[in-house]
Amino acid sequence: MKLSIFKGSDAHTHTFASTPKLFDWKVCLFALAASLAGSGVQAAEVNTTGLAVTATTVKVGILHSATGTMAISETGSIQAEKLAIEQINAMGGVLGRKIEFIQEDGASDWPTFAEKSKKLLVNDKVAAVFGCWTSASRKAVLPIFEQYNGMLYYPTFYEGLEQSKNVIYTGQEATQQIIAGIDWVTKTKGAKSFYLLGSDYIWPRTSNKIARKHIEKLGLKVVGEEYYPLGHTQFNSVINKIKLTKPDVIYGIVVGGSNVAFYKQLKAAGIDMTKEKPLLLTISVTEDEILGIGGENMQGAYASMKYFQSLPNANNKKFVADFKARWGKDVVIGDVTQAAYLGAWLWKAAVEKAGSFDVDKVRAASPGLELTTAPEGYVKIHPNHHLWSKTRIGHARPDGQYDVVFETKELIEPDPFPKGYQ
Amino acid sequence: MFAEYSTSDLISIFAMQGVAGLILFSVFVLMALGLAIIFGQMGVINMAHGEFMILGAYVTYLTSHLFSTYLPGFFSVYFILAMILAFIAAGALGALVEWAMIRHLYHRPLDTLLATWGLSLILQQTYRSVFGAREVGVTLPDWLMGSVKITETIELPINGLFVMCLALGISTAVGILMYRSRWGIQVRAVVQNRPMAGAVGINTARVDRITFALGCGIAGVAGSAFTMIGSTGPTSGQLYIVDTFLVVVFGGATSLLGTIASAFSISQAQSTMEFFMSGSMAKVLTLLFVVLILMVRPQGLFTLKVRR
Repeated sequence: MKLSIFKGSDAHTHTFASTPKLFDWKVCLFALAASLAGSGVQAAEVNTTGLAVTATTVKVGILHSATGTMAISETGSIQAEKLAIEQINAMGGVLGRKIEFIQEDGASDWPTFAEKSKKLLVNDKVAAVFGCWTSASRKAVLPIFEQYNGMLYYPTFYEGLEQSKNVIYTGQEATQQIIAGIDWVTKTKGAKSFYLLGSDYIWPRTSNKIARKHIEKLGLKVVGEEYYPLGHTQFNSVINKIKLTKPDVIYGIVVGGSNVAFYKQLKAAGIDMTKEKPLLLTISVTEDEILGIGGENMQGAYASMKYFQSLPNANNKKFVADFKARWGKDVVIGDVTQAAYLGAWLWKAAVEKAGSFDVDKVRAASPGLELTTAPEGYVKIHPNHHLWSKTRIGHARPDGQYDVVFETKELIEPDPFPKGYQ
Repeated sequence: MFAEYSTSDLISIFAMQGVAGLILFSVFVLMALGLAIIFGQMGVINMAHGEFMILGAYVTYLTSHLFSTYLPGFFSVYFILAMILAFIAAGALGALVEWAMIRHLYHRPLDTLLATWGLSLILQQTYRSVFGAREVGVTLPDWLMGSVKITETIELPINGLFVMCLALGISTAVGILMYRSRWGIQVRAVVQNRPMAGAVGINTARVDRITFALGCGIAGVAGSAFTMIGSTGPTSGQLYIVDTFLVVVFGGATSLLGTIASAFSISQAQSTMEFFMSGSMAKVLTLLFVVLILMVRPQGLFTLKVRR
């Protein structure tokens, strides 16, 4: 079934023409017989598990950090999810019901995420939750989603090694993001040696493990692998090591505030990335991060991910225009923001395919679901709950945007448990 | 661990790492001086120190905007003015905080810890509300970017040199202020014996306020300087606070010389070790080494000899 966001609505108005009559009949019967709460009964057809669905509305949750250290990253996701919900409502909602969102703040604290997710699922009975950003917050809420059978749409590119029936992963898992990038840099730039650098936690370490395996498979060399604590601000030592080992590529997975320190110090130490000696390839710096780093400090670097704000297709042009109209002309849109935007649309498509808000039915409808109107282009949900997506290489411009210089021909299959890479 | 390098490589490694260590040393000194003044001279544990630094960074960000919009011709010199403004802003906020909060808590050191930690949360959320949750990029004048090339492998980053000069300048100024000025004598008198200092006519409340404001002002200048090497966001201050306390406690809280000596030994140890092992491991070893020394000398490297 091919679902288009804009054309798709015709198909549903058809199924809808018949349902209201059915509802009316049932409502009369039940109201006479048992005097149950009217809204619950009206919605019974599309909701057999007691979710917060009425005849005209459906509740969903947004669960991100609006405060605390992660607010830097998660603000974009919140904006994208709200925009998607507003757009869906403007088109008539889902199964004829307007989406109402309940926003909870995870406050960059993982136990808070767990507590708030329980509140959303148990008290508010939301039909789906769009949220989480760090792997730590996802791991904290996962048992709760599994226990209460909720549905989480998780937007961040992450390390893989996970597959839950209660999560749809709309960002890339590590092999999708990494392998295509390394193949590109070896083929088109003739890179032979790599220096792997990352912040010291699960995502950079797992990603570099995959990168190292792939580099060694290609018969090339890893000349250094380094990790620095989160929040580290002094990178002069590792920059000296890079200068001594003279790699062709610096493979950087530094995150958060450390990012800014690393790129500023790299430039100050005389490594001009526009000369590509060494070339810098990153999987952690989106347009969002460049705001803090400063475009002039990032110029000439390459990034490997699935989405860049500058993608020239028509879907994306509309998305960028809508996003700026909603949130101001100075905002930038990074990879995760776009993936967060997909969440609500994928959920809408799955609900409409299933003809029900029931989590089990939505889950069953999800694999194979396609979205042709995604800003990144065509995407499809794999049976393993990740997305088929293309990987692109961006070349950083001084104004903080990327030029897309390469994209994979085919969609890359998500492989959260890659054999031979663990 | 040395075998894989040739002799000439090793010489340049140590030269480069020496420079990296000196830059780290200057950064530590700038971070810790303000805290050392407040903690050492007043006994107040200022958990909001990082947020005062970030106030300086945001002032720098605003100044850079102002100059690029209204005075683009003078953009190359805005940084100096920004540092002065950062000092004034952070100092003024420091004086206000001392007046509103700290002075009521002088006899309750643990409460100041809690109160200033609360203050740091308030300041973080204020920055987030005013400047947004995202980090802001501070544009630097061109002369601060780039590096001086000495040999093929040894390059001195200009902003590193700038931080070094700044650290030297501020330490000298604080040293003179503390040990050669009338106000310094008053501060030291208050530290040694508060009732006696009051009895000889020193306005101890005023000395406290100025000391606290000065410490915060120096934090502001440090924050302003760190826009060259680090990030500017609502929670960036948290990145510095642990290292700052480490340096001050290790040095011996009451001694400015101790702060400088401790900054030097920690930075050199860390940057040398970072070269031969991973960054995380170097940090662990540095902390371990500091803990061991503090077990033997709980009062820190240097202490003030006072008859109690």
